[in-house]
Amino acid sequence: MKKSRVGVFVCHCGHNIARAIDIKSVMEKIRKYPGVAHVEDYIYLCADPGQKIVADKIKDKNLDAIVIANCSPNLHEKTFRDLVESVNMNRFKCEIANIREQCSWPHDQEREKATLKSVKIIESVIEKVKQNQELEPIRVPLTKKALVIGGGIAGIQAALDIANGGFKVILLERRATIGGKMAQLSETFPTLDCPQCIMTPKMVAVAKHENITLMTYSALESLEGYVGNFTVKIREKAKYVDWDKCVGCGDCTEKCPAKVDSEFDAKLSKRKAIYRDFPQAVPNKFVIDAEHCIKLTKGKCGVCEKICPAKAIKYDDKDEIIEEKIGAVIVATGFDLFGLEKVGEYGYGKYKDVIDGLQFERILAASGPTGGKVERPSDGKTPKDVVFIQCVGSRDPEFGMPYCSSICCMYTAKQAMLFKHAVPEGQPYIFCMDIRSTGKGYEEFVQRAVEEDGVVYLRGRVSKIYQDDDKIMVWGADMASGKKVEIPADLVVLSTAIVPAEGIKDLASKLRITTDEYGFLKEAHLKLQPVETLTSGIFIAGTAQSPKDITDTVAQASAAASKIMALFSSKEYIRSPTIARVDEDVCKGCGICVNACTYSAIELDTIKKISKVNEALCEGCGACAAVCPSGAMQQKNYTKKQLLDMISVATEDYDKG
Amino acid sequence: MAENNSDKNIVYYPGCTLHTWAKSLSDTFIESFKKLDINLHELSDWSCCQAVFPLARDNIMGLVPAARILIQAREHGDILTTLCSFCFNVLRRTNNAIQTDGEIRAKLNAYLEEDYTGDVHVLHPLEILKVMVGFDKLKSKVTKPCGNIKIGPYYGCQLIRPPKEMKFDDPEDPKLLDMFLESIGCEVVNFPFKVECCGSYQIVQGEDMVADRAYAILSNARKNGAEAIALSCPLCFYNLDTRQNLITQKYTDFSPMPVFYFTELMGMALGIDEGLCGFDKHKVDPGILLESLQKSSDTQEHVTVKNDQNKLGVN
Repeated sequence: MKKSRVGVFVCHCGHNIARAIDIKSVMEKIRKYPGVAHVEDYIYLCADPGQKIVADKIKDKNLDAIVIANCSPNLHEKTFRDLVESVNMNRFKCEIANIREQCSWPHDQEREKATLKSVKIIESVIEKVKQNQELEPIRVPLTKKALVIGGGIAGIQAALDIANGGFKVILLERRATIGGKMAQLSETFPTLDCPQCIMTPKMVAVAKHENITLMTYSALESLEGYVGNFTVKIREKAKYVDWDKCVGCGDCTEKCPAKVDSEFDAKLSKRKAIYRDFPQAVPNKFVIDAEHCIKLTKGKCGVCEKICPAKAIKYDDKDEIIEEKIGAVIVATGFDLFGLEKVGEYGYGKYKDVIDGLQFERILAASGPTGGKVERPSDGKTPKDVVFIQCVGSRDPEFGMPYCSSICCMYTAKQAMLFKHAVPEGQPYIFCMDIRSTGKGYEEFVQRAVEEDGVVYLRGRVSKIYQDDDKIMVWGADMASGKKVEIPADLVVLSTAIVPAEGIKDLASKLRITTDEYGFLKEAHLKLQPVETLTSGIFIAGTAQSPKDITDTVAQASAAASKIMALFSSKEYIRSPTIARVDEDVCKGCGICVNACTYSAIELDTIKKISKVNEALCEGCGACAAVCPSGAMQQKNYTKKQLLDMISVATEDYDKG
Repeated sequence: MAENNSDKNIVYYPGCTLHTWAKSLSDTFIESFKKLDINLHELSDWSCCQAVFPLARDNIMGLVPAARILIQAREHGDILTTLCSFCFNVLRRTNNAIQTDGEIRAKLNAYLEEDYTGDVHVLHPLEILKVMVGFDKLKSKVTKPCGNIKIGPYYGCQLIRPPKEMKFDDPEDPKLLDMFLESIGCEVVNFPFKVECCGSYQIVQGEDMVADRAYAILSNARKNGAEAIALSCPLCFYNLDTRQNLITQKYTDFSPMPVFYFTELMGMALGIDEGLCGFDKHKVDPGILLESLQKSSDTQEHVTVKNDQNKLGVN
């Protein structure tokens, strides 16, 4: 191997480094280190003149590798690697020795020790860079088509953004219509826009957009491949209605004799076995619910077939599997409500007039079963005293849900307000733990509910609810007066915990992404990568990630869409080449690395009996190299030898200085 | 140590009140179980269980009496049963603590010079009836079904709480006593206050408060259609029956309501000697109800059919 000519450049970072470290003595020591051909310092290396010094000296001194001793590589590794590339040096021949965050800052008052430590840091990085290979970035071809899973407001927003950016999108929804939970709402806080006004135009836009393929009544069957090159199988469920023929006239549903609890009306009304969720459904088509259809279960009936003017009924319809090639995925599968039958003391399910928040949305909604007239489920009477209970299930470790459901404070205030508007002589009471109104215009909204609409807030928990004649008796604590309160209510609305949508774990495992301890999808980094997952090319948005309101959901959906557009805007997908590599002569095929890999990037080659790394999937975390018992698995430019050499240089003669 | 055939032998711990205040609870229980071919072995040298499970986690001394009873029981069988809700609560929770908490187990064994690991099963008679006898079998043994009495099952608190330790039934809407009452032919009235506290030993210093609690419970039962209530705890019985005069003194609108131990009703249904029921010791005369009971046994067939319909209604 030819002798290295390493250049070392030490930055003062103003006083940041120079104050704690004796730069002169560092340079003297480094100058003597084997393989070092040039040492130089400058007050701000990252500034233009500093960069010029580095570039010039690479040429003048004929350097073949450089070490920049400065701040964290997070800050300027890219700066200097771009610089060396401009003077025809491979970017992996430039390494950063961090002597600021890891030396001068923490050792501000220990000049001698800090100086010694910085020498050791620089020497160990010199040892590494001398052994660095010249690597080229990995280029992966891209299929510029996205798959969005979930047709609620998050999925709709993401699909529209990507489509408007000029890329193809498949929008997948398991129900027959898009719209999700937002379509069920009455009005939205804090503006009191009705979803029909602000959301249905978006739904129509999705249906009409030339870049969007809408696939409803469909679900993801499998996903294979890697970022930019996924192959998905989608199961299009049997609809028993030919959608090319169905015009959405609704004659069939009128005559259908089979009645089922309506999912859209949160069980407050009945739908038929042939149905659409609501008249504004997109697409405006009907499906037959095979589980409840009399013809499909018992072979008799067939009324819809006789009545359909378009001859669209197809009792022999079957599920279809459709295969698609896509480049990236957004998971926006939304939420469900916590099953309240588990909260025995609140009598949900036992008393008809104890309902959950979504049911009250349907009662308040103009599109709801009562046409927006506030009537209680048991006897249709207009309730006068309505008690709202917040944090039912949420913030309660007893139920395994210590988290805040985030939207309940606001929607309860909204529901109380809307109830008061609909029933001016009524009185809403809200039992709360706190009022969390941190969004824009939220606190003002709550104040309005209290001041203009006379909503009574009681801070305290409810211990028992029971039926007493036609009243629902609510026993609670009022912390302000320190007394027990008893309210004979006409209706009780429980603000229920948000839980991830059913089937999320199964979907997550198909997508090779992870869920948190509550089943919400896990982001790559809570603060800095909130829409990414640990699997490249798979993004998340909306309440599938955590409970959040529409404002945040839409923002997150657009963020995820922009990540995909950034990915699709380059010709190829470029990845860092510092990934794992197998020495085929050494590998025995024990497979320990296969289990260590969280990205499913390693496979066992059954013929050669060795491990194989999929370059597109490997994220370069190094877990496989660490567990490999034979040393066959190595991470490029972080080989076992490099790391051991770095350690021995850094620890050698440390006491003597 | 337990003998080989001991799994059939059920050890009975009566506790302080069962030979005195609540004699009828004990007598009707033993007689009824005889009718069901279950022999009870009453512990001979038993002591007080201490009545309240110690709330301080480090009060291990407070567990000694209950641990001693459990260890005694082990000599005679592996199932220990007791009727009083307080005794049941203390014995079951002490046994749990010995099973699950190594420190408690070690200290108790060191103090008592024993090696008990919590292997005795502490079962309430209602649990024995459900699991070991079966309500269907119980129903088949009934000779005088209590058809015309509308009974509200009252559970109180010690039987079911804390639910994670007691694992007796749903703490908010328990059903075990309901199921039992149905199987002996009662018309069961579900009422929301069936798990409200009766005031417990507050009776010692707060009679007024207990009167309020008892009034609320009995009125709520009556409002939902009950003519009488059935319960299992001697202290609940004391507050709701023995001291019912407190309610009548305070609330003029209140008219007396009979209270039964569930074992008294079981005894009547299985045809044991009525004298054992000790109805003369009840402060509220259950006479009218007993007359209707008598009548119902004359029209037994009719009543049985009616009960089947009720069962559908309740479940």
